[in-house]
Amino acid sequence: MSDQATFNQPRTGASIALRVLLWAVLIVFAIWFLLPAYVVVGTSLKGLEEIRGGSLLALPHELNFSSWRHAWSEACIGVNCTGLEPYFWNSVGMAIPSVIISTLLGALTGYSLTKFKFKGANLVFALILFGCFVPFQVVILPMAVTLGKIGITNTVYGLILVHSVYGMAFTTLFFRNYYVTIPDELVRAATIDGAGFFTIFRRIILPLSPPIIVVSVIWQFTQIWNDFLFGASFTTGGAQPIMVAMNNLVNTTTGVKQYNVDMAAALITAAPTIFVYIIAGRYFVRGLTAGSVKG
Amino acid sequence: MTHPPLKIADRIARWLPQIVVAPCFAAILFFVYGFIAWTAYISFTKSKMLPNYNLIGTRPYERLFQMDRWGVAQENLFIFGILFIAFAIVIGCLLAVLLDQKIRAEGFIRTIYLYPMAISFIITGTAWKWIMNPSLGLETVVRSWGWESFSFGWTNDANLAVYALVMAAVWQSAGFVMALFLSALRSVDQDIIKAASLDGASPWKIYMRIILPSMRPVFMSAIVILSHLAIKSFDLVVALTGGGPGYSSTLPANFMYEMTFRRNEIGIGAASAMIMLATVAAIMVPYLYSELRGKKHV
Repeated sequence: MSDQATFNQPRTGASIALRVLLWAVLIVFAIWFLLPAYVVVGTSLKGLEEIRGGSLLALPHELNFSSWRHAWSEACIGVNCTGLEPYFWNSVGMAIPSVIISTLLGALTGYSLTKFKFKGANLVFALILFGCFVPFQVVILPMAVTLGKIGITNTVYGLILVHSVYGMAFTTLFFRNYYVTIPDELVRAATIDGAGFFTIFRRIILPLSPPIIVVSVIWQFTQIWNDFLFGASFTTGGAQPIMVAMNNLVNTTTGVKQYNVDMAAALITAAPTIFVYIIAGRYFVRGLTAGSVKG
Repeated sequence: MTHPPLKIADRIARWLPQIVVAPCFAAILFFVYGFIAWTAYISFTKSKMLPNYNLIGTRPYERLFQMDRWGVAQENLFIFGILFIAFAIVIGCLLAVLLDQKIRAEGFIRTIYLYPMAISFIITGTAWKWIMNPSLGLETVVRSWGWESFSFGWTNDANLAVYALVMAAVWQSAGFVMALFLSALRSVDQDIIKAASLDGASPWKIYMRIILPSMRPVFMSAIVILSHLAIKSFDLVVALTGGGPGYSSTLPANFMYEMTFRRNEIGIGAASAMIMLATVAAIMVPYLYSELRGKKHV
């Protein structure tokens, strides 16, 4: 919207100075936001001598990708010197099923809660909604006991269960807020024509859903990939997701501290979610604001 | 039976919406509310390494509040929470207003401001820890430029470690606040602004008197979401300061983890988790209540 006032005014010295100031502030903040990315990428491309001898902000002398290879396939995480590769696949194996399950259940639940308002639907929604905001510390301990009882502690299945359950609260919120905006008449007309619950979902609701499905998938993927608490609480050793393994790699204290490998590991670990952000940033923002309940 | 019984298929069809909601609802009931009850119960027992189901009253809470580590964690949460929320909102709001001035390349700049939201706190912590490295980090670089007293080794100073957490957390979240405000700015009624500017109100006045006050709900949302983030903060501490030096920068979530998984004090861990839940509930319940009720009126 912007203030037309400044815009229509003649370009006086003061308005030009304001414009310069505006850009100065924007650029200073851009530098602040980009500094860690620059430092991480730069450090990961340097050799150890170059890091110790040179400035943090200096450009690398050459593009040396050996730290990346080392972080991916050789670096030691605790006593296992396998690099991040197996943990990367752990995370993939954990994230994909959890995203699919939570999105599917969230869509069906959101659909039921909005288009077939049964008695108590609002209460059910409120109870599910509060699940979004519960601090997970309060469920960790019972979850650890429960996973142990079922016998899936320290497995990818355990993490799939955890992420599917706690992700569902969010996906239900997303889909519910989205389906509220679809006119009920569409569903009513189809009901009169004799279409059943699932037929309406498949023929009418689902074709209207791609935007919110993208939001839900991106949100869930980012949350699950970036999770640390559950991974650290319910897995050890070779079953860890990459976020936990990366943190262990950085904090493994045996031998010389290899800052370049640490930074390469951080880069590899962050790559999937950054990639998602770059190709689908628009939906990313929508998920964030949808998470603010308003929808 | 007076009327003919419904066919089973019809009955299922009638109950289908409830049946479809059931798995999700049952899972939430069990894994959220059931688990809360379980943790609440444990918080009144003498559980050490394993859950113990003999109630001992409020003793775990009494012990919890006597622990210096918990006192420090609460104090840290207070400092961290206030500063984090204040800075994230001020910076986010400032950037939103600035970006709203018909800036060329707005989309590009927005992408830069917002990318930290895609990254985990573990990565953010790792990166800033490296930047704050006392011998090889930014401190050395700036000193070599001639600013000899520049100090940025916050993570190694017990008095400054909390501020390192604030800085990194604001870095991560300011872009999100900006996005929230920007979308709200763009939905302010254009006619009011035009009328005000015809009346000769300066752009500054228009912002302060009309636009920002009309965004009160967004401020509320931002504050609630950020405080929720602050209370849950765990990973950032792990990656950036490790709660140290000592336990000077520990937060309640880290305290809970430490007690539960490292020190075999499950009872105390559960008690601290319940306090965290109570804090979140004190903020979220009134907010959610007003949100849900507000919707019905519309």
